[in-house]
Amino acid sequence: MLLLRQTQHQLTLFLRRPAAVFFVVAMPLIMFLVFVILFGNELIPETEITTAQFYAPALAVFGAVMACYTYLAISTATSRDQGVLKRIRGTPLKPAIYIWARILAVTVIAIAAALLVMVVGNLFFGVAFYPEKLPMALISLFLGCLSFAGLGMMVCAFCQTSDTVQAVTSATVLPLAFLSDVFIRPFRDVPVWVTWIADTFPLKHFSLAFGHAFRSDMGGSGFVWAGGEETYTALPRLAIMLAWGVAGAFIAAKLFKWDPKGEI
Amino acid sequence: MTPIRIQNLTKNYAGKPAVAGVSFEVQAGETYALLGPNGAGKTTTIEILEGYRRRDGGEVSVLGADPGVQGNGLRERIGIVLQTTALEPELTVEETVTNFRSFYPNPHSVGEVLELVDLGFASATRVKALSGGQQRRLEIGLGLIGNPDLVFLDEPTTGLDPDARRNIWNLVLELNAMGKTILLSSHYMDEVEALAHRLAVLVDGKIKAEGSPQSLRDQHGAYTEVRFYLGERPLPESFPPALRKIIHTERGWVIFEVPNPTPFLADLTNWSFKEQFELPHLSVTQPSLEEIYLNPTRGRRGAARNSKQAEI
Repeated sequence: MLLLRQTQHQLTLFLRRPAAVFFVVAMPLIMFLVFVILFGNELIPETEITTAQFYAPALAVFGAVMACYTYLAISTATSRDQGVLKRIRGTPLKPAIYIWARILAVTVIAIAAALLVMVVGNLFFGVAFYPEKLPMALISLFLGCLSFAGLGMMVCAFCQTSDTVQAVTSATVLPLAFLSDVFIRPFRDVPVWVTWIADTFPLKHFSLAFGHAFRSDMGGSGFVWAGGEETYTALPRLAIMLAWGVAGAFIAAKLFKWDPKGEI
Repeated sequence: MTPIRIQNLTKNYAGKPAVAGVSFEVQAGETYALLGPNGAGKTTTIEILEGYRRRDGGEVSVLGADPGVQGNGLRERIGIVLQTTALEPELTVEETVTNFRSFYPNPHSVGEVLELVDLGFASATRVKALSGGQQRRLEIGLGLIGNPDLVFLDEPTTGLDPDARRNIWNLVLELNAMGKTILLSSHYMDEVEALAHRLAVLVDGKIKAEGSPQSLRDQHGAYTEVRFYLGERPLPESFPPALRKIIHTERGWVIFEVPNPTPFLADLTNWSFKEQFELPHLSVTQPSLEEIYLNPTRGRRGAARNSKQAEI
């Protein structure tokens, strides 16, 4: 009960921050529209998918990352700057409930932001859904939210103030989004180092574990560990992404301070 | 049971002592104040009692429990008002109190608390639209919502205008009348005199004096300051040597600190009258407790005074 109440509390706070609502919910949708209009909603060369079919899931993932990584880290650091975290620790509310409520709240926001892009894509730009792949798409989205929340808490724990958190989240997400099949459509002859970097970090794995569920040219339901280029294989990608998330959460739990000037 | 009992508390920051052997007890229903300048160890002491910081040495008991070990059981029974404001500006007053209310097993009602802190009229107002004094009252409300036995108020009026200070004072007096035990910290003697039954003067992590405001005045305020202004001029040759010995000068002021002002003033004014020497801005004052303990220059002079007094 307390957990749900606190989650609702965090959602209320989010809805009263117009800038946050804009960046997390509206931005991915606007970028989706811009990309589709800019490139035209035709088949991407040498693939069987349209511009919208690629960009809808990619920007849904981007929205989820904005919510679970960027917004979670910045808003938590802001609460810490405000002394709210310290004050909460002086009440009988269990710290774990408070943190999980923040994570649940951003997960709800992430799913809303992702759904918005997908539904607009489906209704207005012919983005197709494939029922046999949808369960894995939802699992990927949910696990991606938790993994990036773990990383968001890690960034928050590393940095002293919300200003630093803002800089670090932007400096990590934006460059990676260009390399990780989020902002840029797949094209031929990608330099090998780009692939290496992108394969090391979790964003590409998130965008493809989710995005490949919306590809007509990929078979299966995603619940496989290996397969050719024609197979939807989400499990290895989810494993790498989760490893990042768990590591982030572990470091966050070790380093996180409720009061940077104090001892808790 | 004694709500707060501290024995020989010590706490160091990077090897430097912030609290160096502090002992005191706060009785049930009492308002006890820690008075001292910034860096005296007030907040450190309070935060150890609240469970925010660990002590390096000594014994501490809060409502019978050790705040360094005890977690939620103790937090349910104490109310906290931190030194700096810690509120979520986007929420309304009522939402803020309702949220905190959900953390406690036997809370007051939101309406009761808002009435007590006189914010009923603002229940639908966003926190960011409140004045500094109103925000402080809201924080006191949050400290009370859990129906605590013991309330910590860390500098509740610092930075507020005189009107807002008065409002907070009345509120603290009301809390005390409700039977709450209160530990208060403050820079201001007038505040402590208005609110506290007893106080400890904390300087450099040590208690310099403890007692009721009146008893401290009686013990330590037992000298009078006489001063007049000379500017750049020297004292005339004829100035009585006995008085000259106990002079202290400060930026053109000639200052005497004397235990018994009547014979001293007789000598001084007698000389002045005889020599036709004017004593510009002559004044005779009783120093406040603040001046005795909290003004560092006075502290040094006060120490020197003891040796000079013998000469009068």
